[in-house]
Parts: sequence; C-alpha cells; structure tokens
Amino acid sequence: MNNNNRHLISILMENEAGALSRVANLFSARGYNIESLTVAPTDDPTLSRLTLVTSGNEQIIEQIVKQLNKLIDVVKLIDLSETDAIERELMLVKTKASGEQRAEMMRLAEIFGGRVLDVTEATYTIELTGAGGKLDNFLRAVEKDAILEVVRSGATGIARGQKALHA
Amino acid sequence: MEPITGAEILVRCLKEEGVEYLFGYPGGAVLHIYDALYVQDDIKHILVRHEQAALHAADGYSRACGKPGVALVTSGPGLTNAVTGIANAYMDSIPLVVFSGQVPTALIGNDAFQEVDAVGITRPCVKHNFLVRDIKNLAETIKKAFYIATTGRPGPVLIDLPKDVTIAKAEYHYPKKVKLRSYSPTVKGHAGQIRKAVDMILSAKRPMIYTGGGVILSDGSPELVELTQLLGYPITQTLMGLGAYPATDSQFVGMLGMHGTYEANMAMHECDVLIAIGARFDDRVTGKIDKFCPTAKIVHVDIDPSSISKNVQVDIPIVGSVPNVLRAMINVIRDEKLKPDAEALTRWWRQIDEWRALKSLSYRQSSEVIKPQFVIQKLYQVTGGQAIITSDVGQHQMWAAQYYHFDRPRQWINSGGLGTMGFGLPAAMGAKFAFPDQDVVCVTGDGSIQMMLQELATMKQYHTPVKIVNLNNGYLGMVRQWQEFFYQKRYCMTYFEALPDFVMLAEAYGHVGMRIEKPGDVEGALREAFALKDRTVFLDFLTDQTENVFPMIPSGGGQNEMLLAERDEMVSTHDEGMVLL
Repeated sequence: MNNNNRHLISILMENEAGALSRVANLFSARGYNIESLTVAPTDDPTLSRLTLVTSGNEQIIEQIVKQLNKLIDVVKLIDLSETDAIERELMLVKTKASGEQRAEMMRLAEIFGGRVLDVTEATYTIELTGAGGKLDNFLRAVEKDAILEVVRSGATGIARGQKALHA
Repeated sequence: MEPITGAEILVRCLKEEGVEYLFGYPGGAVLHIYDALYVQDDIKHILVRHEQAALHAADGYSRACGKPGVALVTSGPGLTNAVTGIANAYMDSIPLVVFSGQVPTALIGNDAFQEVDAVGITRPCVKHNFLVRDIKNLAETIKKAFYIATTGRPGPVLIDLPKDVTIAKAEYHYPKKVKLRSYSPTVKGHAGQIRKAVDMILSAKRPMIYTGGGVILSDGSPELVELTQLLGYPITQTLMGLGAYPATDSQFVGMLGMHGTYEANMAMHECDVLIAIGARFDDRVTGKIDKFCPTAKIVHVDIDPSSISKNVQVDIPIVGSVPNVLRAMINVIRDEKLKPDAEALTRWWRQIDEWRALKSLSYRQSSEVIKPQFVIQKLYQVTGGQAIITSDVGQHQMWAAQYYHFDRPRQWINSGGLGTMGFGLPAAMGAKFAFPDQDVVCVTGDGSIQMMLQELATMKQYHTPVKIVNLNNGYLGMVRQWQEFFYQKRYCMTYFEALPDFVMLAEAYGHVGMRIEKPGDVEGALREAFALKDRTVFLDFLTDQTENVFPMIPSGGGQNEMLLAERDEMVSTHDEGMVLL
C-alpha cells in the first residue's frame, strides 16, 4: 500500500491552449510528483496525447487518475503500468570520442541499439531509444566523464495487443 | 441573419439562459458589454461596490435559489478582485458563470493597461475556464459554460472576453444543447453497488448517516428525508449540509465536526456503518484522520469520483447524483420489504440519548452581558425559524450553525470551504434578490463585516432590505479563542482598538442602525428590526468579549475527544495538532 511505484499515464486530451497547463497545474497544486512529461498532437489534430511518469502509492495514483479525469479537457486516459504496454523514450547523448574512446563508444552504442547521428574529431552524438531503464543502463556503461550532454524526451508508451485509446 | 456584436451576443445568450440578475462592475475592457446592457430591460444589472462582492452576491443568489449566479467584471484589477469570490464558489461547488473583460487580442501578452492572465490566475479555482479569441465561438462557449457550471459537481466557470471580441460581429446562433466528448458526469448510480450498499446499511447495529452540501446542491433533500425516516437512523450534517434534513426532527443529532455536538461526534466515532452522502470528509469534519470512525464500514455516495477515497478509504463507493442514488436505495428497500435491525437500533438510540443528555450546546446565560448564543436563539424565535440566514466567517458563523435550527435546504448560506470573511453581506443581498419576500439575515461579526461594508451602498441603491446581526465582541473572536487555548492568551493582532460606530455608519448609508447592550433588550430590538420590512437594519449587539465556541475538538483530536464548555479546562494541544491549524 505504501509502496511508491512508478506509473506511466497516457492521456488523450483536447488540443487546446491551456490544456497542458491544466495538467501541470494539477500536479503542482496537489503536490503530486511529475518525473517526465511529453506531449504532441495526434493523427486527429483536435486531440493531443500527453504521457507522464509519476510515482506514488496506490491511493495517490488513484487520486491522480481521478483528478486528471475530472479536468474538462481530458477525454480519456490509461495507466499503462496497469496493463501490458510498450514504453519508449528517446535519448540524445553527446560523448567524448577521441583516440581509443572512439571504437569503444561505437561498440557500446551498437550493443544498446543506438545510432551515431553526428561525428566530430572529438565527439559522437548518439541516438538511443528504449524504456527508461535501458537508457539509464547505457549512461551507466559509459565512462562518466566521457558524457558531455544528455537530452531525454521523457517516456511515452502504447498498450500492447488490440487495446487502443481513442476518443 | 443580421450579424450582431459580441456584446449583443453575450446579452442574448444570457436571456436564453433565463438569467435575471447580472452582478458586476464596469471598466474599460467591458464598455461594449455595458453599452449592450443599456439598451435592454430583461437582464437587471446590479452595480456592486467591489468586484469581490459581485461574486459573493451571485454566489448567495445561486445558493438561495439553485440557479447559476452570473457576474461580470472588467480586466486586470476587476478580475483579480473577483478571484476570492471565484475561489469561494469553487470550494463550495457553487455554479457560477463569470465574464471578465480582457485587453484586445492583439495586445494580449504585451503587459497592456489593466491586463492580467485571467485564465492563468483562475485556473486552479474554477471548474473550467475559456478565453474566447474568435467571435464565432462566443455563443457556443457561453452555452458550454452554463452546461459545465451546472452539471455534475457544480462550480464556477470563467469566460475571458477580449475587448475586440465584444466589438466584432457575427451571426447569432445559440445552440440548444452542447455535448462535450470529454465531459459527461455520471448521474445514475451503479445498481450492483447500490444493492451492496443497501445490504450493508441494513446490517448495521450502530448506523450513522452523514450528509453534506452535495444533498443541497443536487436538490436531494426529499429523498434524504424519505430514506432517513424509512430507516429510522440518526443523521448528522456538515456545516455545508445544514437544512437538507430538518434540524427540529428528533433523528437529527446536530452538526458534526470541530464545533459539532457531542452526540453527533460520539455517534460518528462509535458507529459500525457510516452512510456518507454528498459530503467530502473535510478535515474540519474528520479531525485526525487515523482516529476517524475507527469501527465503521463506509458507504459513500458522491457525484465526484475524486471525492471518494480522497481523505478516507471507503468500502462501498457509489458515483451518482444524490437524489438518483437515494431513490434507487429507497426502491430496493421498499420493493423487497427490507427492515433494519430494530432491536439493535433501539439500543443505539438509547446510547445516543445518553450523549444527548449532556447538552453539549449549553452555555452560561448572563443578565449583565449579551451572550452571542442567546442572540441567535432569539433570532430563531423572532423569525419563527423561517429566515434565510447568511453568515460571515468566525465564531458567529459557528453559533449561527449551532443555534439556528435549519429546517429546509438553501436556508443556510455560508462560506464553508474557503472560509471567506466578507462573504455574508453580499451573499445576503444576492439571496434577497432571489427571494424578495422572505426575511434575509446576515449574521456577522465586527471583523468580517468590515471586509465588505461598502455593499451597504449597493443595498440602498437596489432596495434589498436585509437584517444585519452583528455579534460585536471587539475581537477577531475565533482567532482570539485559539490564542487563548493554544498560545497562552497572547492576543496578537486580534483586538480592534478602534471600531467604527456601526449605528452611525449604517445611517450614513441610509439604513437603520441599532445598538443593543443589554440581554433584556435583545428580543425587543429584533422584533423592532423585523417589523421594518422595507428597511435594511444594522443591529450592533455588544456581546461578551471572551465567549468561546463549544463544544470543540482540538486539532489533532479524535471525534471522541471533545472539549465541552462546562466540563473541560482548556489545555494546550499536542504539537502534532498545532500543525493542523
């Protein structure tokens, strides 16, 4: 009951000015935690899809879901952590890559299924996608002072199987 | 169809919604709207003296008659002044539609004169809000606003109107209905849950019905009365719920919570099944949450799913409107000829009557100085218990709730959730607009009344004769009480060294002022005041300066840890409780 579990909540909402701040406001006003948040319009331009990662015990998550549903702009939502789902996050990492480091970095990127997007004499810029944990693992695998910059998109996700969230 | 201006569209929409009164205050951004109001007679605009009062008056009007209250303010300071009133309505779930002027769309974001981000500022304290950027969306947005404000769990909705939108023209078309794909409140309760709830309710040995403002907002009083009398169970009500069940009926055990009766709180603490209806387990009701109803299984009926299991985990939640769910429960009980456990109920009532015998609302009468409780008791007598009572916030509010026995819904109008001093007077004015033929009384104190005193001018202008009962103790009494109990009588900033002469002040505004200093004069003064049917009378009762509100559950205490006036010496509360206010 008191376990603070990580939840990936995916929200379909009206693509209107202020909708995003209603969600952000709700979290700050009620003291809920937001770990990450991504948002973009969907194939239906009147709708946005917002995915956020939060954590809390069962009771807090229940309240978060109810409070989100109460927002007039929220059409539907799903707690992807409660179902079989695919989670993905995009990460761009700029690393040092000179001398012996170059081959080593390239190998690591390959192992993690990454792609090198940009190369200079001294750096690589690597693109990786995966669940958050995999991206964390990559960062752990790279020598700490080799990392120059990390940009993460925040997690997004979709349910497996036939289940689909639509208006 | 001939295109008309945004301002004209607004006025026509309000007519279609059946709006009688618009409470507002003009300014640059809303001049076009005021010009459109000038050329019509259907909607009566009430010119308040401060925007906060416009909101409270619209709010009081709505609480009294059930229709949505409508207010109009200008941009910038007009809107910021209105925010307290909007937040007040939001906390008590009152349906309001509020229009605010805004700088022209081209200037939005430029720090223009009298510009504030109205939708941003009000977002946390409205049910929903809109900024209308295109005249073509105006009528539909207004329709949506009324729909959202009045359905589900009601609340205030704000529409921000840039000045150019009120000038632009469009063909007028008001939709008959709106459907929002993202909003459809559940009205009908789940049959399976209702069935389970009925079984639990009838299995009770020590049942308790606890109801809140939701019963009043949903007009669920007839169903509540029917169910309660069918079951024969004891019933208590929150500060917001008073009047939904008649206070003079023997099944009513009084208000519960921090200043509730001993029998209500003890029965809550000891009950085995709690039936919560349209109430939200507010901290003033529950006391310390882990000591709340320790032995009870809980059924909770509420239209707002987020109210359920927010503060207290419940066993059987039912989402739906109160009258709908209660009607379904009554039908199950009647159809299946179900009966409560009569023997257990007799024992339970015997126990409750023992608690009742303590007479927790007793106070020591004085022949020298006016006791505030005595004034409310006399007010109840003189008005035959029939007046609409509004109150401000503080000790007088609790005494009004405790000693005026409300027998019908919408008779008691007070700021429960936000606790807004200054609410009472404009709310009384709003209630008087709704019911011009009924006695309306504002019970207030010398602190609260000074927060919205300027509205005496509005009341003169529109001839809304209300009676103001000022329980004047020279102190911010509730704060003083806490300082006495919990801060070793260090009365920091709770004594007013200079109070105005309220009698002269009332007269300066064109009303009748009376000062009452002796207990023996209380009843006579009230009779005299109520005989002046068409006048606003300000009754300034100089009351006992150090009277305290009892009973009281000190912060951090459980429902069974009440302090009673005669019995208990006040001792400092524990540190844990101090944090809870």
